Amino acid sequence: MTVIHDRPSNPAAGDEDRPIGYGRIQRKEDPRFVRGQGHYLDDIVLPGMLHGAILRAPVAHARLVSIDTTNALAHPKVVAVITGKDLLGLKLAWAPTLSADVQAVLVTDKVRFQGQEVAFVVAEDRYAARDALELIDVEYDVLPPLVDARKALDPDAPVIRDEIEGRTDNRIFDWEIGDKAETDAVFASADVVVSQEVVYPRVHPAPMETCGAVADFDAVNGRLTLYETTQAPHVHRTLFAIVAGIPEHKIRIVSPDIGGGFGNKVGIYPGYILAVVGSIVSGRPVKWVEDRSENLMSTSFARDYIMQGEIAATKEGKILALRTHVLADHGAFNATAQPTKNPAGFFSIFTGSYDLLAAHCSVTGVYTNKAPGGVAYACSFRVTEAVYLVERMVDVLARKLNMDPAELRLKNFIKPEQFPYANKTGWVYDSGNYEAAMRLSMQLAGYEDLRREQAEKRERGELMGIGVSFFTEVVGAGPRKHFDIVGLGMADGAELRVHPTGKAVVRISVQSQGQGHETTFAQIVAEELGIPPEDIEVVHGDTDQTPFGLGTYGSRSTPVSGGAVALVARKVREKAKLIAGAMLETRPEDLEWEKGRWFVKGDPSVGKTIAEIAMGAHGTVALPEGVDGNLDAEVTYDPPNLTFPFGAYICVVDVDPGTGQVKVRRFIAVDDCGTRINPMIIEGQVHGGLTDGVGMALMEIIEFDEAGNCLAGSFMDYLIPTAMEVPDWETGFTVTPSPHHPIGAKGIGESATVGSPPAIVNAIVDALAPFGVTHVDMPCTPARVWAAMQGRARPPI
Amino acid sequence: MQIPAPFDYVRATTVDNALELLARYGPESRVVAGGHSLLPMMKLRLSRPEWLIDINDLYELDFILRDGNKLRVGAMTRHTTLLESDEVAALFPIVRDAELVIADPVVRNRGTIGGSLCQADPAEDLSTVCDVLAAEAVIRGPRGERILSMSEFHRGPYETAVGQDELLCELRFGIRPRSGSAYEKVERRVGDWAVGAAGAAVTLAADGTVDDAAVGLTALGLDHPLAEAAAVLRGRRPDEELFARAGTLAAAACDPVADQRGPVDYKRHLADELTKRALRRACDRAAQMQEG
Ligand SMILES: Cc1cc2nc3c(=O)[nH]c(=O)nc-3n(C[C@H](O)[C@H](O)[C@H](O)COP(=O)(O)OP(=O)(O)OC[C@H]3O[C@@H](n4cnc5c(N)ncnc54)[C@H](O)[C@@H]3O)c2cc1C
Repeated sequence: MTVIHDRPSNPAAGDEDRPIGYGRIQRKEDPRFVRGQGHYLDDIVLPGMLHGAILRAPVAHARLVSIDTTNALAHPKVVAVITGKDLLGLKLAWAPTLSADVQAVLVTDKVRFQGQEVAFVVAEDRYAARDALELIDVEYDVLPPLVDARKALDPDAPVIRDEIEGRTDNRIFDWEIGDKAETDAVFASADVVVSQEVVYPRVHPAPMETCGAVADFDAVNGRLTLYETTQAPHVHRTLFAIVAGIPEHKIRIVSPDIGGGFGNKVGIYPGYILAVVGSIVSGRPVKWVEDRSENLMSTSFARDYIMQGEIAATKEGKILALRTHVLADHGAFNATAQPTKNPAGFFSIFTGSYDLLAAHCSVTGVYTNKAPGGVAYACSFRVTEAVYLVERMVDVLARKLNMDPAELRLKNFIKPEQFPYANKTGWVYDSGNYEAAMRLSMQLAGYEDLRREQAEKRERGELMGIGVSFFTEVVGAGPRKHFDIVGLGMADGAELRVHPTGKAVVRISVQSQGQGHETTFAQIVAEELGIPPEDIEVVHGDTDQTPFGLGTYGSRSTPVSGGAVALVARKVREKAKLIAGAMLETRPEDLEWEKGRWFVKGDPSVGKTIAEIAMGAHGTVALPEGVDGNLDAEVTYDPPNLTFPFGAYICVVDVDPGTGQVKVRRFIAVDDCGTRINPMIIEGQVHGGLTDGVGMALMEIIEFDEAGNCLAGSFMDYLIPTAMEVPDWETGFTVTPSPHHPIGAKGIGESATVGSPPAIVNAIVDALAPFGVTHVDMPCTPARVWAAMQGRARPPI
Repeated sequence: MQIPAPFDYVRATTVDNALELLARYGPESRVVAGGHSLLPMMKLRLSRPEWLIDINDLYELDFILRDGNKLRVGAMTRHTTLLESDEVAALFPIVRDAELVIADPVVRNRGTIGGSLCQADPAEDLSTVCDVLAAEAVIRGPRGERILSMSEFHRGPYETAVGQDELLCELRFGIRPRSGSAYEKVERRVGDWAVGAAGAAVTLAADGTVDDAAVGLTALGLDHPLAEAAAVLRGRRPDEELFARAGTLAAAACDPVADQRGPVDYKRHLADELTKRALRRACDRAAQMQEG
């Protein structure tokens, strides 16, 4: 299979050979990564550094009877052993979560999930720390666990959060949105109504680098330097100030090179806090890095939504309304990272890409004896679940109506002229041309030929499936008045300094985990100022060196920070105009801009380049009134709205009728992320997200047995896809700029993760049509696909 | 980083030296070959030997050698060596079939046939391969050398006839004319252990009927080759109906357990389906050999 290189011409994508600004340039960060010179958390070694290890609960639900640390403390290399009781004294036993709940840092009363943190050992080396864990004697009084979310609200279910006063059940919240009466009325009079339970099982972000921290508390100056694997260093600084009581100006958070985040590194884990406590207690730096099992078993999972979907339509295939009820398993503590004022994040965009008369959804969140979390894992705060639901439902409807799924979608898309489009649950989509993307995708796929091939194969008993999905993403939170993380409004700062020789440094608040910020953001400045990208250094990840901002997750870096960077560069450009006027002894109004240079209108030979102006600003030129002697600026960008990237995906699978094995043969992804900055980086993001989608659709799940044991504690049990399971990706694009974003860019980080699982599952269900199969839940393992062929499909949870 | 419990380490230089070290350090010592089964278990602290005796310098056990009508394979032969050997592929195509789906190149570059057999994991693919090829295991210990059949070698999951103070040194495979073999495996993902697998080896008589046949299953709860299948096949001309009968027998004889890889009914179905596929391919190959 060849990758499609033949792309339609597209001015906003920029000329690929253009030396300045946008275009396909190689990543500035790659020389250090390909030479093994990246600097990750575990590469940090400080003088006198100690090592921490966490003792974790072997059972899912148990009262803590006693902890005896005597033998561990007697180990010659052990410096300290910290228990929940010690933390109670420091008022640190419980920490706030990102969803207005609290989470135990170390167990004080009761274990609530397998793998929960029970004690922390600080020792001279990591081996001793690990060995000493076995010397801690803990007595548990085991309680019946609650594993099945569907039983969480039964009257006899064990109450997990009995430490919360007055709590007698496991209900966290009931929440709804949309007009129920209106929706029910549309359903009541519709020709066709289909319903389907759709499960998005618990999965894990599984970054290659696990989480960790190195805490260095300087008792003399009262300063805490905390190196962390974090996607949001500034938010962490504020939270540490609030939780640990260390004044914020005395805290420096450094996020070094990050080996993948996917939302796993948004929250503050007990291990980070314990490293800080360990450093305060020992007076020495303390490193804590979790192992793979700890990462999979205790850190933020994603999804875990059981969705009852219903869709109403006319018999001609006009979709009228959608409704759903969701049972959301949040684990033992409600630690979901989400920035809205509601507990289901962006799930209310389940209306998808279609023009509906009405929509309603309700979500019930429950506690279970499982790890907490529910992260932004490449899901833009639960858009992934929303898109999966609607795209599965549309396919279920297509089958019912006996219509082609692509045709059905084309019939119901929001039309280009309807943008900005207000959906039925309060979102205003900025821009879109859905039909164009869908048609391009069908053209690249050779859709008609594929359907013909499928018909021939069916005659021969071969199982080939073609799956379509269309998604509208919602990314780039704020605006700050609507979106916040624990009260911190979602805006991002940028600072730009142009040095006297015309080289620039731009400081940003967001932290890359592989997205290529050092390249993309330099390209934005380059485009605005006409300085080549290689002359622009991007600084990020250190709170002492960067302006405040909310961080990288939910595909928000380009929509928010990218906007900040464009605006700060424009601010510098305007300042340069004033200085150029002084240098050229003309009025600024008489100057005109061309890339990299202000010149006199009507006389292009008279002008000053940015480098000349920078030298002038720092030199001896008499500056105009109110202009100070530098070429620097700063901004904080509060986006006026979110951005709404979209895409049309087509997947082709072959299913082995004898074994149920699925082979993804082709995958065509047409993405529209508005203005394209670096097409190579965009394609990289898409390839990664599609691979992720194959993982979720075919193999990923965190399962528990009835005793509450996590069955996915290693990469032998939690499968993630390899190069062998993915086809050569075929990508294409359209460009519909965001009307409100400074450069029209929308964000691309999560599109493919959001859009691909429904395309793959729809393809599998399509392949199994001869067996009368209308739905298969993920993961579509050989056993689950075969069960569906026998008419015995069961939900995974 | 996953950290094993403390242990001591020593490198053996020869087979005799390894046997000496095993005797010296006693029951708490273990040899390490490729380490791809032992080390993961140590990192999870499920296995905690006090002494590791490294046998990776025992080049005398790393060989593939034709000796009359036998193929002799040293216990330290790596998966990759087996996979890449054209001689092995020509004589016993089942080996290449299996090696292609054992783990991934990183594991195959280190993991050994000896380690695989001694680990005796019920999902170990080479155990089934050796079973259906009726291999012999050459074991050396303080009391000298002994040669065991596979049925004597296997003692159930994670147990073999190799004593604590002994080493598996070699596997011997009988070369027969007009024979073919094949391996069919279903895995959830490349590098995963089998959900289920079947191996078959067939020898045809000059008239094209089955002279001898063996069918074995991996990860499906059947420790030894399926005797009934051999009985049904012998003397018959291979055809779809025969394969189907063998498949039915395999499904009836196996005793799989439900786990994350699948429920019992699916695994039983795989025993049937994969037995058919393996036999079909083995017979095709045997027929080709007959022609060629
Ligand atoms: C990620 C992964 C995936 C895998 N997937 C598969 C798969 O799909 N199919 C499959 O069959 N296998 C699979 N394996 C296992 C792999 O084949 C191992 O290499 C093999 O099981 C053990 O061989 P080894 O040489 O590494 O043995 P080691 O781990 O070194 O040893 C295993 C055991 O055998 C003993 N031992 C080793 N050699 C001898 C000897 N000569 N005499 C006596 N005792 C000995 C050791 O003491 C130890 O108890 C996988 C392994 C990994 C890590």
